[in-house]
Amino acid sequence: MLEKTEITLDELRHLVSDRAIEGETVLLNMGPQHPSTHGVLRLLLELDGEEVINCIPDVGFLHTGVEKNMEAKTYEKAAVMTDRLDYLNTVGNNLVYCLAIEKLVDLDVPPRAQAIRVLLTELQRIASHLVWLGTHGLDLGAMSVFLYCFREREYILEIIEMCGGQRMMATYFRPGGLWRDVPVEFERAVREFLSMFPARIDEYEDLLTKNPIFRERTVKIGVLSREDAIRWGVTGPSLRASGVDLDYRKAQPYSGYELYEFDVPTHTDGDTYARYLMRIEEMRQSVRIVQQALDKLPYGPVRSNNRKFVPPPRSELGTSMEALIHHFKLWTEGFSAPKGSVYVAVESPRGELGVYLEGNGGPKPYRVHWRTPSFVNLQVLPLLSKGHLVADLVALIGTVDIVLGDVDR
Amino acid sequence: MSEHLQSVRSELENRFGAQASEFRGQLSLVIPAEKIVEVCNALRNELSFDMLGDETAVDYWPEQEPRFHIVYQVYSLQHNVRLSLRCPLSGNSPSLPSVESIYANANWHEREIFDMFGIRFEGHSDMRRILMPYDWVGHPLRKDYPLGYEEVQFSFNYDEIDKRKPYAKE
Amino acid sequence: MGVEQKLGNLGVGTMKLEQAVNWARTKAMWPMLFGLACCAIEMMSAQASHYDMSRFGMELMRASPRQSDLMIVAGRVTRKMAPVLRRLYDQMPDPKWVISMGDCASCGGIFNNYAIVQGVDEVVPVDVYVAGCPPRPEALIHGIVTLHEKVTGEKMKDWA
Repeated sequence: MLEKTEITLDELRHLVSDRAIEGETVLLNMGPQHPSTHGVLRLLLELDGEEVINCIPDVGFLHTGVEKNMEAKTYEKAAVMTDRLDYLNTVGNNLVYCLAIEKLVDLDVPPRAQAIRVLLTELQRIASHLVWLGTHGLDLGAMSVFLYCFREREYILEIIEMCGGQRMMATYFRPGGLWRDVPVEFERAVREFLSMFPARIDEYEDLLTKNPIFRERTVKIGVLSREDAIRWGVTGPSLRASGVDLDYRKAQPYSGYELYEFDVPTHTDGDTYARYLMRIEEMRQSVRIVQQALDKLPYGPVRSNNRKFVPPPRSELGTSMEALIHHFKLWTEGFSAPKGSVYVAVESPRGELGVYLEGNGGPKPYRVHWRTPSFVNLQVLPLLSKGHLVADLVALIGTVDIVLGDVDR
Repeated sequence: MSEHLQSVRSELENRFGAQASEFRGQLSLVIPAEKIVEVCNALRNELSFDMLGDETAVDYWPEQEPRFHIVYQVYSLQHNVRLSLRCPLSGNSPSLPSVESIYANANWHEREIFDMFGIRFEGHSDMRRILMPYDWVGHPLRKDYPLGYEEVQFSFNYDEIDKRKPYAKE
Repeated sequence: MGVEQKLGNLGVGTMKLEQAVNWARTKAMWPMLFGLACCAIEMMSAQASHYDMSRFGMELMRASPRQSDLMIVAGRVTRKMAPVLRRLYDQMPDPKWVISMGDCASCGGIFNNYAIVQGVDEVVPVDVYVAGCPPRPEALIHGIVTLHEKVTGEKMKDWA
């Protein structure tokens, strides 16, 4: 059961420079268990003293086989697995999967459900950026930022728990809308959060933005040029920090994003500091969207009425025969999707999160492929780290903002 | 369907013999496997599809021949349109040319397709497994590869499974 | 009563050796950072200010296995990661304990497939299992307190 974990130098010969073979440079293993690799990422570093000549990422230590496992479950049951991919953006994973199913079977979503989806996705974006900021600050030595960010995150987790029943993996979004309507305390909790959060972002900026140590460690580190970013398919805040104005919420809006007003910040430097500024500004814009969504929340049902895909409420089961038949079919076999394939992409806090969903007429998905942003963004790490020191590498891993569940699926 | 996409569709149909199909408002073109590098070159340099969104494979065994379809999603920043390409491949260990020289992020996507499906890419700089352990045998996402699940322990078979399970002792 | 009365104001107390050693072990048990997946985020939340774990003696999370006593396996263990896990467990000095946090570490969780080890007790011996997907920080703290109770009940004849 214990498989081989080491790779020999022969297999790596084409990746490392000649100086490593001669023994002039050192090959160091920054192993899967490391305090600042944000998960189980293994990096093979070729070092000349303290300077990084080459960095070879080795991923797969968290490969869960989700794509194959989802083929064995029905569409609605597979939604539970989607939370666990990018575990900092659980609500966003649910969203993209439900959008893909709705596109595949051509299912409508009522406007109230769309508005609540936008609201919770933006709150989740704020929570994800808070974890990023906390761990990035912790890696660079700012420990109080970690504690402050997790304190704010507790408010958001409480809101998600109140709607979906669980702090992180709620699987609140279902095909056709939401699982159930938001409770009575929801509005008050969100308003309370919105009233105190912008001041907290100012607090984080006070601690970090003009801090000379933070600036010394992040300005001009890991510069990603615009051409490189497009060539390597980088998306998300890293792309926007390099000067490309691409945000799928504005470019190809989904779930009612076109109804809300918000700005998409860009920056031209493309270094770690620019990416930091991007994410801070994104948090502010997310607060704006949440405010608008809460003010304009329409009334109505929260799940589609199409009984071929959405189960009927339990109160109807005693009186209506059709409701009973639909309930039975959906619970035993599940709904079927037509033959065909769709690709739906949303803007997750890390970049473009896409689902390629293929149905074949049966109740189980034939092929589900997740285009995850961290998998693509991580390829840029060797390019960014050339010529920097090992200590800068820690800042770079943080700034690319990878989540290993996303990379390895 | 935007004008630009219509013109791209007719251009690719005429030049490379692609077959177009539309499903739920998304355009998909079937390209023969040998021509994929030319098509991607044309898409990137002439038709301004500068980002490769996704590259994946689907296994249709045993229902359909050819068995594998490689699916590419390309995106144009300028015109804000998406396009998907399909390459059918058959056989047990097929191979097709790599598009890494055109879209750099195809590197890891193609490594993952090799790892999960066993499809080799010619001209790839680093063809080795990425997600599974280095000496793993088999390609997990093929349809003839089992899910590999452990039998569920109910009360009637609890003891049998308990005996077979390799518990660590110290 | 007993010998303390006779010794008077010398400032000496008596205690069983077992109690003293177990008290020292539970009050300053240092966990090793072994957060793998989603449960790691809940472990970080448990360490942060809202559900502070430092009040139970776990102020530091040591990344090095040579300086820690407790390994909290938080998250799903894949077949590629299992040898690494075993090696890290072997590098920890005695006395050591393992808490298996979350469903994936305890029994494979919702992932019953080729890539996930069905329960980390196939690789390392586990003392306490904490259920949940992910377990709330309070559940993790309950698991840690249960481990403390288990350690307090250890007898001298069981020590190596």
